[in-house]
Amino acid sequence: MKNLQSAPADNEIGVLIDQHLESEGPMLPILHSIQSAFGYVPEDAVPLIADALNISKAEVHGVISFYHDFREAPAGRHVVKICRAEACQAMGANTLADETLAKLGLDWHGTTINGAVTIEPVYCLGLCACAPAAMVDDKVVGRVDTAKMATLLKEAGA
Amino acid sequence: MKIYVPLDSAAKALGADEVAETIRQEAAQRGLTIELIRNGSRGMIWLEPLVEIDAGEGRKAFGNVTPENVSALLDGTLEGLGAVEDIPFFARQTRLTFARCGIIDPLDLDDYEAHGGLAGLRKALSMTGEEIISQVTDSGLRGRGGAGFPTGIKWNTVLGAAAEQKYIVCNADEGDSGTFADRMIMEGDPFTLIEGMIIAGVGVGATKGYVYLRSEYPDAINIMNKAVNIAQQKGLLGDDVLGSGKAFDMEIRVGAGAYVCGEETSLLNSLEGKRGVVRAKPPLPALEGFLGKPTVVNNVISLATVPVIFEKGAQHYANFGLGRSKGTMPIQIAGNVKHGGLFETAFGMPLGELVNEIAGGTASGRPVKAVQVGGPLGAYMPLSKFDTPFGYEEFDGQGGLIGHAGIVVFDDTTDMLKMARFAMEFCAVESCGKCTPCRIGSVRGVETIDRIERGDSSAIPILTDLCETMKDGSLCALGGFTPFPVMSALTHFPNDFATIKEAAE
Repeated sequence: MKNLQSAPADNEIGVLIDQHLESEGPMLPILHSIQSAFGYVPEDAVPLIADALNISKAEVHGVISFYHDFREAPAGRHVVKICRAEACQAMGANTLADETLAKLGLDWHGTTINGAVTIEPVYCLGLCACAPAAMVDDKVVGRVDTAKMATLLKEAGA
Repeated sequence: MKIYVPLDSAAKALGADEVAETIRQEAAQRGLTIELIRNGSRGMIWLEPLVEIDAGEGRKAFGNVTPENVSALLDGTLEGLGAVEDIPFFARQTRLTFARCGIIDPLDLDDYEAHGGLAGLRKALSMTGEEIISQVTDSGLRGRGGAGFPTGIKWNTVLGAAAEQKYIVCNADEGDSGTFADRMIMEGDPFTLIEGMIIAGVGVGATKGYVYLRSEYPDAINIMNKAVNIAQQKGLLGDDVLGSGKAFDMEIRVGAGAYVCGEETSLLNSLEGKRGVVRAKPPLPALEGFLGKPTVVNNVISLATVPVIFEKGAQHYANFGLGRSKGTMPIQIAGNVKHGGLFETAFGMPLGELVNEIAGGTASGRPVKAVQVGGPLGAYMPLSKFDTPFGYEEFDGQGGLIGHAGIVVFDDTTDMLKMARFAMEFCAVESCGKCTPCRIGSVRGVETIDRIERGDSSAIPILTDLCETMKDGSLCALGGFTPFPVMSALTHFPNDFATIKEAAE
């Protein structure tokens, strides 16, 4: 995931859209490709997608805003997801999350001032037998305690 | 010497990648020739990373291996667990769906075939659609996603629907807390799912399949994509499945973090590229599903169980189980437990035996307070219901549900009012917004529980009434079943609902 300083050009977005046009139900694959290339779905992509799929801009916006995964602005350089679901709560996830947010002075979805880390809630990573669980970008971590979280945050540059 | 280090996410989350790398380096330094195999997990998550070594005398297991004790592992001085099959947690299981998981290299199709893979498909390819469906019906297989609808009946509806295109859609949007069986089989034995989808396709006359896989499972996405590529290259998928002249191909599609997309109609909308809003039924997806075409929508475990039914016969499968809950269920034991993991067994084991004996009680060592069975929409079962046998009707009769068979254990420090509040909060966050009782009711539910917490006992009947409205007035299980955890918490743990605080004031 890279964050470009300036907004991506239309032709860069267009290439990503075109590669999925043969698919049945191409919308989510298109949005995932755009987000994985730019770190978010830029506003400029909305009319391009609408045009390519022959639907309204409102419909595209409706889809983007429905799903938790799609961002309309870039996140921090690393995204730390902390599981809030029941199995992790049974092993102290609430305390872990509260402490982490307090330590960084953030709310859920907040990004550290240096832009290094965004903290997000996630509802289940399928690591329920080694709870509490977290994910740093795409890397899963189990049995996370305060010390382990501190190490993860340090590695991520928070 | 063969060394097996799991690539399962749970093993990786506990350091399996680092262990594998250390083994590779140490072996190279010692000039030791090893074959390092990244297998799936054997399901004993509390022992992960669980490394197995086969030096010619069968596989021997070592639990909780760390990079620091790799040296002792290779010296032969590390204390081991013996054969996995002899570990009581494993020995007590009946593994049908998960028979190969953790044993084979997940992406080695030859290894898969050597362990019984493709035998079911070869049989199915010689049958007519009707014969395939009667096998599934006779096996008694019911939807493992949670609803428990007979799989054979669903397939038969799709078979009977005339259309130029039909679809098989696998629901791999395993969002329920406490469940990870879908993830484990996709990471540990992906060809089983592919084989099951092909059999479904051949059975009902569908030539295209999709796996809707949640984005929270990056490792499973990666392995499933590789497995589909391999299957296409080896002629398992494509225009001529294993030279039979029959066509079936499939794709992996990634979800986008919406829990409600685990509901089948919402999933279909999402797959079509729309907002994941629930559809009213009828029309049934079996008649008008993906892109309006007849579609089988089945959970990962339902489809991954199909190959073994054809391999060993429908009757063999149906001989396991209890009453109308036939076969085996991969039960996922999680939360505050000593021995967490995946335990596949015939239906019928009492809940208490699962919690106290198999799971070994709590990890914290404190007494068990409640067990939530079936994910965030499942009831909290108190100790008084521990004799309930694990089966669809049996749990239903006790005001609960088995859902996708996740059991999450809580110790006595748990505040059940907080858990009830969380259930409402979760529903509010994840509601698709279509039904008012779910969209608004969940928000009001949080507020009402907050009133109870402040000592306002007049809010209790309001909460009960609200739960009735949500149950009766929601199209899908999110709004309709959120009352299960809320009401079970209120009914079985009334002391947590402010009566004590009220008395103190």
